[in-house]
Amino acid sequence: MNREIRRVSLVVTAMFLALLVASSLIQYGAAGELRDDARNRRTFYDSFDRDRGPITAANGDVLARSEKVDDNYSYQRIYANGQLYAPVTGYTTITAAVTASGLESVENSVLQGTADSLFWTRVQDIFMGKKPTGGAVELTVVPSVQQAAWDALGESRGAAVAFDAKTGEILALVSKPTFDPNALAAHDPEAVAATYAALEADPAHPLYNRAISGDLYAPGSTFKLITAAAALESGLFQADSQLEAPDALELPNSSKKLTNFGESSCSSSGKMTLAEAMTVSCNTAFGWLGMEVGADAIAAQAEKFGFGQNLSIPLRVQPSTFPTNLDRAQTALSAIGQYNDRVTPLQMAMTVAAIANGGRLMTPHLVRSEQDAELRVVEETAVAELSRPISAGTAATLKEMMVAVAEDGTGRRARVDGVTVGAKTGTAETSENAPPDVWTVAFGEAQGRIVAVAVVVEDGGPRGLDGTGGTVAAPMAASILGAVFG
Amino acid sequence: MATVLPLGAKPGRWAELLLLLFALGLSFLAYAQVALAATDRLPAQMAVQCGGFTVLVIAVHLILRWRAPYADPVILPVAVLLNGTGLAMIYRLALRYEELGAGDSQVAIASKQLIWTVLGLVAAAVTVIWLRDHRSLRRFPYISMLLGLIGLVAPLAPLIGLENFGSRIWIRVGPLSFQPAEVSKIALAIFFAGYLVTRRDAMALAGPKFLGLRLPRLRDMGPIMLAWVVSLGVLIFERDLGTSLLLFGLFVVMIYVATNRPSWIVIGLLLFAGGVVVAWRLFTHVQNRVEAWLHPFDQAVFEATGGSGQLVTGLFGMANGGLFGAGLGRGRPELTPLAYSDFIFTALGEELGLTGVVALLLIYLVLVERGFRTAIGIRDGFGKLLATGLAFTLAFQLFVVVGGVTRVIPLTGLVTPFLAYGGSALLANWIVVALLLRISAGARRPPPATSEIDLAPILQAEAAKRP
Repeated sequence: MNREIRRVSLVVTAMFLALLVASSLIQYGAAGELRDDARNRRTFYDSFDRDRGPITAANGDVLARSEKVDDNYSYQRIYANGQLYAPVTGYTTITAAVTASGLESVENSVLQGTADSLFWTRVQDIFMGKKPTGGAVELTVVPSVQQAAWDALGESRGAAVAFDAKTGEILALVSKPTFDPNALAAHDPEAVAATYAALEADPAHPLYNRAISGDLYAPGSTFKLITAAAALESGLFQADSQLEAPDALELPNSSKKLTNFGESSCSSSGKMTLAEAMTVSCNTAFGWLGMEVGADAIAAQAEKFGFGQNLSIPLRVQPSTFPTNLDRAQTALSAIGQYNDRVTPLQMAMTVAAIANGGRLMTPHLVRSEQDAELRVVEETAVAELSRPISAGTAATLKEMMVAVAEDGTGRRARVDGVTVGAKTGTAETSENAPPDVWTVAFGEAQGRIVAVAVVVEDGGPRGLDGTGGTVAAPMAASILGAVFG
Repeated sequence: MATVLPLGAKPGRWAELLLLLFALGLSFLAYAQVALAATDRLPAQMAVQCGGFTVLVIAVHLILRWRAPYADPVILPVAVLLNGTGLAMIYRLALRYEELGAGDSQVAIASKQLIWTVLGLVAAAVTVIWLRDHRSLRRFPYISMLLGLIGLVAPLAPLIGLENFGSRIWIRVGPLSFQPAEVSKIALAIFFAGYLVTRRDAMALAGPKFLGLRLPRLRDMGPIMLAWVVSLGVLIFERDLGTSLLLFGLFVVMIYVATNRPSWIVIGLLLFAGGVVVAWRLFTHVQNRVEAWLHPFDQAVFEATGGSGQLVTGLFGMANGGLFGAGLGRGRPELTPLAYSDFIFTALGEELGLTGVVALLLIYLVLVERGFRTAIGIRDGFGKLLATGLAFTLAFQLFVVVGGVTRVIPLTGLVTPFLAYGGSALLANWIVVALLLRISAGARRPPPATSEIDLAPILQAEAAKRP
């Protein structure tokens, strides 16, 4: 009988082998797929059961943290000063119907501790028998600058961005109106769903991050920097090149005429230099220049500054656009930032940063480092050059023009004591008789640092129809730069 | 003068003690870990409970030294480790159920299982003391059969019979409920072994040849038909798929080992196929189980009552456990219904990970293979058949449950031996282990020392005969 017993024992071993294979498939082979199944409540619960890591500002202030609580979700996410940082941090939520946003979403794997960069931490946790903890994300945002930008915008809708032109570190990123991420991170799924629905339905779009996405804005006269850059880069124009600057510019194949702001006159002679046109922001001169340089050259220049390019900081930045297939009339309008140009404030700040930094555009970023649970740095964002959209010479020329705008032109209110400031204002008409979206893009240089700022205020801000970039947005840019260098 | 050295006949009791201490240590660590994970405190009665458990286990060890010194030294520690791990997991689930405000019956599972563990160890000790030689069981084949059948039929009786989860397999005696079929399987294994060992020669006799396979004579088909009918009866009247399968599988394996006729296996498989058809036709829940096995992730099957929801939730648990598991007490096994009984394996997979699950399966395999080793080592046919049957019972139960929850086969209810909650099964499996220990003591005992017989006179007489 022994032979039969051995055979039975072999069959039994084969049965066990089948169980081993099945277990391996479930727990290793197909584990990822099973874990990600939408019906897997464990994965859903796990996300709040983790001691999610904090998000900290550049000075160490904790912007988002998790606190142990005594309910089903184990940890409550708390946003200190939630509204101020909402466009940066975003939120996490326990409600399946609401998706996370902001850095909470894109840095989720680090905060949850599942990122590749935290592999060794996880191995240590396993051997120490510790509950896995999330890593921390350290931002480049400086609370005093962020607060200054927030205060500067006041009650107005709009956005402001400030970033270090030499390092690419984003010092402030504000969007208004905004929301309280604490309300979306609450542990009452129904209340959260209701809050979210209300925010989505709100015509003011508080969930939009206007600094980098949303509906985007017409850049208005701030786009003249790019038109000027294209002109200078073409080699056909210099700062002292004479431009046609009529009181009204005839637009080819169009009954309309391009006029200056308030139908004023730029020059009694009907001609002016490029530098003079920039200082007074002469529409007709730049419309003429645009037609001279051509749509293709302007589009190419815009693209070099970052238009149409995907960028993540690591939040996804919506690409700014310069229209295609333009006739000459449309080119003239596009050259002064009207017609169909659509930009993000960050894109305009990047344009200024490249100009102020000798033509070198540094990669803008919000995350300085990723850290493990003990706050040891596991990955640091390197300071990197994104591109060189213009030559050093062009940059220097444009920089001088911008300083002139701040000294004697439309951007005088952007000046800050003790800081070399260059600026360009913009007043973008959105539609007939509606208050314009007003802009100021600027840079401040002092103490060996160069910081680029872009401010946009919707509907003319507190001044409504009378609002202009120079009157409404320039003082805001000044207070942000003041906070940076103060 | 030649002395015959007993082959590998070390009693191995010290090795057993060492392994026992290891098994106890691991169980206590698991117990402490689940309590710490849930409450950040050690259980109040931990010292008393662990002390008591240790005393009991060491007592069984001492009884083996006294009554069965040559018993296999690995079997007891493995059973203790599995039982201890199961207890820790059940305790962990009970703590969670309590936290969630579940009913008393779910909160009480840990203390009940602890009581049954004590009863099981006592039953094992009594078995080893009372049963000096496994061959004495051979004397009562028909009493065993009767006991086994009564155990199977009892739940159908009015007054004491009890239906639960759609199966009628419980009897209630006072406050206790019990699954008599668990003990029946032992009684029937004894009966099969006793019956087959006397009838094996007749049953091995050749009958007609068919397709190159030598079939048994028709008149020898009686017993297997009876086993089949009984199994079908269990299936139809008690709706207990697992026990039905187990009984039939047990019989087929034992008859094959007894007769060395593969044709019995073929016949067994054909009858099994017939049973499957019957079950399929009769019961929608069998159809549901197969559907849930084949298409568990279909949304409709997933959501249906009696669908794949439980199975898939168990799979999710294992998947989330991954390679190393969430850690004992740190997963969410309570999300799977019946995590303490049918789905304890997925609960362990979730918290101990693939590493833990592989370790558990291999420990089981060690237990089962030690059973087969015993069957090979023992000299009498009855002992061989009984040990094979018992070892196979353990293996088959594990395969049916674990195979069910890991989608190797459709889900059928049986108790994962030693790990899962279930008093009757625990008691029965401890008796199985005691029987295996007893038989192994016979298998590993050195033959009567030949040196005690003085060969000199015989040799001289032989020499004198030579011319």
